[in-house]
Amino acid sequence: MKAILEIRDISKRFLIQHNKQGQAYMSLRESLSSLFKRNTSTQEDFYALKNVSFNVEPGECIGIIGKNGAGKSTLLKILSRITPPTTGSIVSRGRMASLLEVGTGFHPELTGRENVFLNGSILGMARKEIQAKFDEIIDFSGTEKFLDTPLKFYSSGMQLRLAFSVAAFLEPEIMVIDEVLAVGDAEFQKKCIGKMEDVNKDGRTILFVSHDLNAVQSLCKSTILLKDGQVSNIGKSEDIINHYLHSGPPAGNTWVQAANISHPHFKKLEVKLEGKQPNLKLVINSSIQCFANMVPSYIAYDIFSKIGTPIAQAIPNPEPFIRPSDNTINLTTVIDLEGFIPADYYIDAWLGPHHNETYDWPKECVEFSIVESPQKGRTYPHHPNHGYIVPNSKII
Amino acid sequence: MYLCLVEYEIKPHQKLNLGLKEIWLYREMLFFFTWRDIKVKYKQTALGFAWAILQPLFLMILFSLAGAALNIPSESLPHPLFTYSALILWMIFSTGVTTAGNSMLSNANIIRKIYFPRLIIPISSVSTALFDFLMAFIVFVGMLIYYHDRISFELGKFLLVFPLSIIITIVSTFGVGTLLAAITIKYRDFRYVTPYLVQVLMFITPVIYPISIFHFTGARYILAINPMYSAVELFRSCFNGQILDLRSVGISLLSALVFFIVGIYYFRKTEAYFADLA
Repeated sequence: MKAILEIRDISKRFLIQHNKQGQAYMSLRESLSSLFKRNTSTQEDFYALKNVSFNVEPGECIGIIGKNGAGKSTLLKILSRITPPTTGSIVSRGRMASLLEVGTGFHPELTGRENVFLNGSILGMARKEIQAKFDEIIDFSGTEKFLDTPLKFYSSGMQLRLAFSVAAFLEPEIMVIDEVLAVGDAEFQKKCIGKMEDVNKDGRTILFVSHDLNAVQSLCKSTILLKDGQVSNIGKSEDIINHYLHSGPPAGNTWVQAANISHPHFKKLEVKLEGKQPNLKLVINSSIQCFANMVPSYIAYDIFSKIGTPIAQAIPNPEPFIRPSDNTINLTTVIDLEGFIPADYYIDAWLGPHHNETYDWPKECVEFSIVESPQKGRTYPHHPNHGYIVPNSKII
Repeated sequence: MYLCLVEYEIKPHQKLNLGLKEIWLYREMLFFFTWRDIKVKYKQTALGFAWAILQPLFLMILFSLAGAALNIPSESLPHPLFTYSALILWMIFSTGVTTAGNSMLSNANIIRKIYFPRLIIPISSVSTALFDFLMAFIVFVGMLIYYHDRISFELGKFLLVFPLSIIITIVSTFGVGTLLAAITIKYRDFRYVTPYLVQVLMFITPVIYPISIFHFTGARYILAINPMYSAVELFRSCFNGQILDLRSVGISLLSALVFFIVGIYYFRKTEAYFADLA
């Protein structure tokens, strides 16, 4: 039997322009003015994907995992023909539907009913097909009562359920799914994963990209690990995920900003653990480069598990306490790690003037590991499936 | 049945063709995009579908008053009929070009997430403009009946000339619209240029004045480079009994085709990267 998808030596190159604020598009004014002055911008090639090849057999369910920036989304975009590869080709021998987002094309002014038809058609369903499945879709979403209400009056949860329901009734031969299940409430997620299993049992092929390693492991027999745009490993899901979890930590306990940045940023970060369980403390030393024209800012540290589950966010001062100046300031933050179970953790540092305005956000830049249990006298191991924090509890 | 090809190859560079086969495959999506645009456009207004009629109607009243006040000749036709006949045709072009020009940006969230032949978005913009025209045309028929003794109407000529003027309008609207759509997604500040461009074009199209006000006879050949010039003149000639100048019609037809080919060529050439730019 021929493979249903042949991915042959795909590469995707992006040009990074260094004189702009990272925008892909240009303005005519800039293009015109650059005609008249010496071009000062430097271009750099960046390969989001490099020589990726693999085959997918009919009926297979393949998981694609990897860290942020490993090229997962780019691969999905190429597979779903949204963006072309720079080199290489893909042969597809089945009708493909891609779900990079749920509710694509939903319009707030249209009613629930109208949006089901619009969204279904955008996802590739024929009108007759939507008509035939309409009752099932609405039933699955549980929004019968609001069918003729404009979508703008729906709660965000309801919009999401409706969007999922349309997607759940797609029946292509190949289905490409990007982390869409990461949102929505837990019960509905379960329902969707169940639906996906059914779809796979019908002999359809699924490519599933996710950070949720549990979902990947339970749904997909084999998994592809992407690393820096290349296929780092293909094999049985269990083996790949285990390997991924226990591969050497990429971040150390110090991090230094190598690039020259012209806005406020972290220059250096350093973490160390102090104390003993259960009174473990994390000490973060940071150097921040301030600017005279900056808006007063504050900082936050996000703690993640190694598989990307957010655990906690520490905000040492909720007021914008970093004042404009030309100095480099050094801050020491102490975070109580009460109840953290033994595991490896990453830290994202954040600097900005407002919770939705960011100056600098180095991700997964430093890490620490906890080896001791926070619970005295506990002999059995901790498992992330039960959460990363064991809160203090006692019987009174 | 799914709206996509069963077997295909994804390659770095696509060959340049119209992709009509694929557009036909995605015809239902085209229908839904047009349906959405029409529905949303009129749902948001208190006046609903009346809006499609009121827009050209108000402009017609304004221009006829101005025309009468400034003593602008309207060639044998009554002033309201003279301006309205040009306006409804002109509005296909102006709304079509403006919405098609912005369509890649206003649908960026869909372009970034789903594949489909990108051309169906400007096609749906032009179709929406044609729908407005149909609405406004109903009023036009009413006006023709009201002024029936002041127009010269021949059915044979109408059946020949009217489709030609509509075809020139659609072809040039679509050509200019797709060209602007592809430029606007790359150069974002171009969206501020589009309205000016459309406005300037209106003044070199004989919407509110007749071509006879130019004493220089070569003027019409220069003006005919703007395809809407002949579209308007052709449409009006159905009612004012004027004899057509075939040479200027030919120039307009040629220019409409050039816009069409250049627009689609540039659009197809750059569309693969729209998702990266959007």
